[in-house]
Amino acid sequence: MRVVLAEDLFLLRDGLVRLLQAHGFEIAAAVASGPELTRALAEEEPDVAVIDVRLPPSQTDEGLQCALEARRRRPGLPVLVLSQHVEQLYARELLADGSGGVGYLLKDRVFDAEQFVDAVRRVASGGTAMDPQVIQQLLARRSGKDRPLARLTPRELEVLELMAQGRTNAAIAARLVVTERAIAKHTANIFAKLGLEVSDDDNRRVLAVLAYLDHGR
Amino acid sequence: MTTGTDGHGRVSVARGYPLAAVRGLALALVSLPGAVVCFVAAVVSIGLIPIGVGLVTTPYVLRGVRAFADLRRVLAAEWGGVRIPRAYRPLPKDANPWGRTFGMLGDPATWRDLLWLPVDMTAGFVTALLTAALLFYPLEGLAVAAGLWRVLPDPWWYGFVPVSGQGTALAAGALALALLAAGHVGALRVLRAHFLLARAVLAPGGSELAERVRVLTETRRDAVDTSAAELRRIERDLHDGAQARLVAVGLDLGTVEALIERDPAQARELLARARQSSAEALTELRELVRGIHPPVLAERGLGDAVRALALRLPVATEVNVSLPGRADAPVESAAYFAVSEVLANAVKHSGADRIWVDVHREEGRLRITVTDNGRGGAAVGAGSGLAGVERRLGTFDGVLAVSSPAGGPTLVTMEIPCG
Repeated sequence: MRVVLAEDLFLLRDGLVRLLQAHGFEIAAAVASGPELTRALAEEEPDVAVIDVRLPPSQTDEGLQCALEARRRRPGLPVLVLSQHVEQLYARELLADGSGGVGYLLKDRVFDAEQFVDAVRRVASGGTAMDPQVIQQLLARRSGKDRPLARLTPRELEVLELMAQGRTNAAIAARLVVTERAIAKHTANIFAKLGLEVSDDDNRRVLAVLAYLDHGR
Repeated sequence: MTTGTDGHGRVSVARGYPLAAVRGLALALVSLPGAVVCFVAAVVSIGLIPIGVGLVTTPYVLRGVRAFADLRRVLAAEWGGVRIPRAYRPLPKDANPWGRTFGMLGDPATWRDLLWLPVDMTAGFVTALLTAALLFYPLEGLAVAAGLWRVLPDPWWYGFVPVSGQGTALAAGALALALLAAGHVGALRVLRAHFLLARAVLAPGGSELAERVRVLTETRRDAVDTSAAELRRIERDLHDGAQARLVAVGLDLGTVEALIERDPAQARELLARARQSSAEALTELRELVRGIHPPVLAERGLGDAVRALALRLPVATEVNVSLPGRADAPVESAAYFAVSEVLANAVKHSGADRIWVDVHREEGRLRITVTDNGRGGAAVGAGSGLAGVERRLGTFDGVLAVSSPAGGPTLVTMEIPCG
């Protein structure tokens, strides 16, 4: 799997390259600025891009802008955006085109190599990887007393949270130490309670849940 | 302030007497028609604002008035040694006629100009003419005494002397000499009085300046206090938080090094703990950074920073932003934290279930309103978060207004000049 990596701090870039190579990824390009990233994305046609939000020369959200621009030119191009802070505002912009293949994680998540690599793979295959903090903020905002979320059991909320992060039923089952069938039942209940249409497609399911949490449909 | 030394004054009086008179004459000739024309034009132009014409003409007329006043400022400095400060507010370069007109009309200096015009066409004219008269009237008297009386109608009143023959003509000459002496002593003083009169009306009042100094002193002290307290808080947070955790990480890694061969199981446990500590240190640093300068503010500017802030609130918040370009970083930062505090206040105390935030910029002022449909009763009292906001904005000459009747709604308005 070919990766384009954009990170301006040498230590982090070097570390990420090592980490990804150790897990069998091929680094097509490892760049340190916005213009270099735009060029690499156009020339290398990677399977997935791992991008730091803040990049030189502007030191603003240049990485995010490059990612959005690249996805406009090549819809569905898988991008995993890393940042020192996560904002719902940015998550919403990344998800706006509704085509999946999007990840948005805190940089801290690279501490857990397995989970991080899993997220990169998920995004590369068109899935979603949303940072738990983003999801928690969304849930906190939509969990008033008379909201539909109040009708979920604590276990269902837990499943919903993991599902919104982009995890598959199998991954959720492993995480909660239950069978996949139990998770499938929870999922059906959640969708019924929230009035969402059930979909067999994992990815579409995640996007529906995220859209529900963000806008309440 | 500009009285000058006595010795210097006498010298210039002796030398400048005839010159002062000529200058007085020139001033009298200029001030009366100039002031009348300016005043009439200004009154007519301002009167025409309601029908629109005045919007176009007023800036030009007022600029003319300023030029007229500026000429007097220059003459006051050169001829009378009187410095009249010029204190017009700068106008935004790209302002439209509406902005220019009301920008100028909102300037107290404009109203001082307009008040000065009638003063100048009356008292100003009289003092200027008096300066001239102090030379030219005695000259007439001397001419009468020297024989001019012969061709003048009989009797010719010179001052209080009816001239009808050589005897009374000589009396007129004596009066002229007395006036000449008075003029010698007084002409320059009268001319100076003319300029002092202009300064009294045109110069910004002393109380206004004193008030400004008072406000600046206060806000500067607040700003220094606040930033010192902030630095202390940051130091404490770093010391007790991230720094301590990193020490723990180093300690654990050192132990891991010693244990890695003897007791791999425990070494692995310590490694996990070290990772946990470093993650916690990162979380703390992130919160700290958010409190110093929120990353979205740095990356996207005020509009998106407020939008991101609104998304974090547990209350449905609608944000409207209309900001052409970005304000200066310190202004953006102050505005952000002010909004943040007001929103936190609304969430905590108002019981509202909807909040509206409007951020826009007009005529060089950043204007932010926060409205909520809560129970009202908010006030800028001691100890309330709003008092802190007021202090924070004060540093930037910003103002805070709160309208919050019992039962709501609450409307908080903030304005910060931003060039």
